[in-house]
Amino acid sequence: MGLLRITSPHAHGPQHTPRVMQKVLLATLPGIVVLTHFFGFGTVVNILWGSVVALLCETLALRLRGRSPGFYLRDCSALVTAFLLGIALPPYAPWWLVAVGIASAILLAKHLYGGLGYNPFNPAMAGYVILLISFPVQMTAWAPPRGAGDIPGLLQALQACFTPDAFDGSTMATPLDLLKQNDSLLLQELWAQSPQFGRWAGIGWEWANLAFLAGGLWLLQQRVFSWHAPLAMLASLSLLAGIFYDGGGSASGGSPLFHLLSGATMLGAFFIVTDPVTSAVSVRGRLIYGAMIGALVYIIRVRGNYPDAVAFAVLIMNFAAPFIDHYTQPRTYGHQRSEGRE
Amino acid sequence: MADVSYRELSLNGLWKNNPAIVQLLGLCPLLAVTGSVVNAIGLGLATTVVLVCSNTAVSLIRNVVSDAVRLPAFVMIIAAAVTCIELLMQAYAYELYQILGIFLPLITTNCVILGRADGFASKHALAPAMYDGLIMGLGFGIVLVLLGGLRELAGTGALFASMDLLFGAGAAHWKVVLIPDYQNFLLAILPPGAFIFTGLIIAVKNLIDDRLKKRRDAQKTQTVKGAKRVRVTGTIS
Repeated sequence: MGLLRITSPHAHGPQHTPRVMQKVLLATLPGIVVLTHFFGFGTVVNILWGSVVALLCETLALRLRGRSPGFYLRDCSALVTAFLLGIALPPYAPWWLVAVGIASAILLAKHLYGGLGYNPFNPAMAGYVILLISFPVQMTAWAPPRGAGDIPGLLQALQACFTPDAFDGSTMATPLDLLKQNDSLLLQELWAQSPQFGRWAGIGWEWANLAFLAGGLWLLQQRVFSWHAPLAMLASLSLLAGIFYDGGGSASGGSPLFHLLSGATMLGAFFIVTDPVTSAVSVRGRLIYGAMIGALVYIIRVRGNYPDAVAFAVLIMNFAAPFIDHYTQPRTYGHQRSEGRE
Repeated sequence: MADVSYRELSLNGLWKNNPAIVQLLGLCPLLAVTGSVVNAIGLGLATTVVLVCSNTAVSLIRNVVSDAVRLPAFVMIIAAAVTCIELLMQAYAYELYQILGIFLPLITTNCVILGRADGFASKHALAPAMYDGLIMGLGFGIVLVLLGGLRELAGTGALFASMDLLFGAGAAHWKVVLIPDYQNFLLAILPPGAFIFTGLIIAVKNLIDDRLKKRRDAQKTQTVKGAKRVRVTGTIS
């Protein structure tokens, strides 16, 4: 009889990178399903084509850097980038748009800085911003949601991606665009006038955001990340939106609920702000990091020129993350405050 | 520093000590106006001419000015040369002059020029100083044109657009459209593109240097190999 003496803590297998990445991939699925239901198969095609390009780029970069592709490809980080960028891109984007975005994300934003773990910027968001700056026309053309326009089928979605010239899709302003351009209507009138609006935010958008929220909560329960950064981001976004709501006048910035359920809020809060590589690390640092992103998202959404603000806000704060970490490093227990500071 | 080898000077200016991608001097015009080949050629030529003129003049007066006032004197010379170039461009390539705008007068403050004046021309005789100015200007200009070409190609899918600004009306049809129906890639033309492409050029240069060094090292070790016998038993490779 062998007695195994095991003392506490009874730790399970560690959360190694491939496992975490697979969980993140899994958690995006509800959001993808909802997006597909409301906007058609465009997002799915984006993601699939993006994944192919991402794996190719990753292999190429690893070859050039003299690493073994097999080991690094298995960590699925390239797939996560492809999924996040594929979700963020407008559905029915042409193939070259997806390819340029993914290639910039993987080659420029990730491997030029030394690969996973060394990249200062979130690759998916860097790719998104590069595309948004370079191709504003294609990047701001979002498909109309179910109920406000026709939904192309899978075949048409493939056609839109690979023979973009032959595809004749319709586009519509997103609720965030409408709100930004509005300067004469009360919010109630705007809601009644445009078919894109749903109960709380845009049709489709509200459910997609709720689905990403659900996926994010599951990741939280799985302890893939801590609650600090997402909660701080959502709280500061709601706070600013609440302050400047003014009850729905023509100069209103939109209600807190509208901002929470519009655009990429939930995707950003749970899948991008929580990126362990590019975010702040300390607990206090994460709170500051998340809150600043939330505030920037609101400011850029309401005052800026671009359709959504999560990507810009995240990149700006990625810059600041090392700085935040420097000043929020926790004191080791039993040690005094280090000399020379304060 | 009595005699300098012209071979060494050329190698320095064009590759080993290239002002644009090794010394990283004069980045302001390098990044700002290299959106197209024609701009790059215009600014590269202007810089080269200024470099040759200023190096010549500085070398001629190098024994006359005292150390204390040498920098103001050099700057005056450079400013005079730049003004001449600016007037010439106004006369013969007015459209290009308008496009290059503030970056023409700003050649005065280009560190490459003052750097070569103080670092080389003020210590060398006339002929090497002139040659150094020419080669440094060429090294700078080549990088400018390379960067302009890359950015124009990536940004618009064509090369050599509106060359008539510099080479007269006959050059109007020099434009080569390499990729028809190209969606303009704005990032390459905007300032961030200049930073990214400069970085890539520097990376390629370092990569080539690395390869050359490795090859040289490999050759060295090969000649040494087997020259000394350490073991006397067993097979010796």
